[in-house]
Amino acid sequence: MIHIKRLQEDGADIIVLIGEIDASSSIELDLAIAKSVGEGFKKILVDCGALEYISSAGLGVFMSYIEEFKDRDIKMVLFGMSEKVAHTFGILGLNELLQIGKDKVQAKQIVNEL
Amino acid sequence: MNYKVSVGCSIENLKHVRDFIRGSLKNHGISDLEVSEIVLALDEMCSNLMIHSHQCNPDDLFELHIHVEKDNPLVFELIDDGTVFDINQFSTPALDSIVHEKRKGGLGIRLVKSIMDKIEYKKSGDKTICRLSKSVNFD
Repeated sequence: MIHIKRLQEDGADIIVLIGEIDASSSIELDLAIAKSVGEGFKKILVDCGALEYISSAGLGVFMSYIEEFKDRDIKMVLFGMSEKVAHTFGILGLNELLQIGKDKVQAKQIVNEL
Repeated sequence: MNYKVSVGCSIENLKHVRDFIRGSLKNHGISDLEVSEIVLALDEMCSNLMIHSHQCNPDDLFELHIHVEKDNPLVFELIDDGTVFDINQFSTPALDSIVHEKRKGGLGIRLVKSIMDKIEYKKSGDKTICRLSKSVNFD
């Protein structure tokens, strides 16, 4: 069960993930990112501070946007992951393919430097 | 110790499955990180079974058995009467091809194969048993 909030700060869209993302809820993550893109945001920050679990279905959603974001010059940075969630991204080396910041301040820095 | 649960093939039940796995592995001295890896791999196996073998029919049931014996590899069995979805028959897609083809799937197989030591399938009567094993550190 995932709860997703969106808010905007300094021209960036912040997607806040609360709860668990698995095969039954990954569609909601996909919709939230698609909505942000549809509204024309070029900077997307994903707040993982309250993300308790992510399965491969959720990882796949992030992966599926990498190419499109490159083509459309959209920057996405994830931040605030717990050790367990960070480990999940690390198992497959996705931490090398996605931009991940420690906290919101660092995420904003990264997104502005990209 | 043996733990057993019967699950309907609705992906809404995945959370219940994860809670069952965490509960079963608790108090055996297995690290949180290893438990979370196992949960991830079994979540993937169960969701594959629900989606690909049972089209998410909540009336179809499968069983998950967990065997925990100190200083032995953990054994997980998915017992089912549906069509076999043998992940050993699927090649593991390269990460860059997943990115390039904008695939949302394909990661799961990589994940299971990198977490579990062994994945075997066997027939027992009209049931299919998928047995996964993993060595862990017991404190």
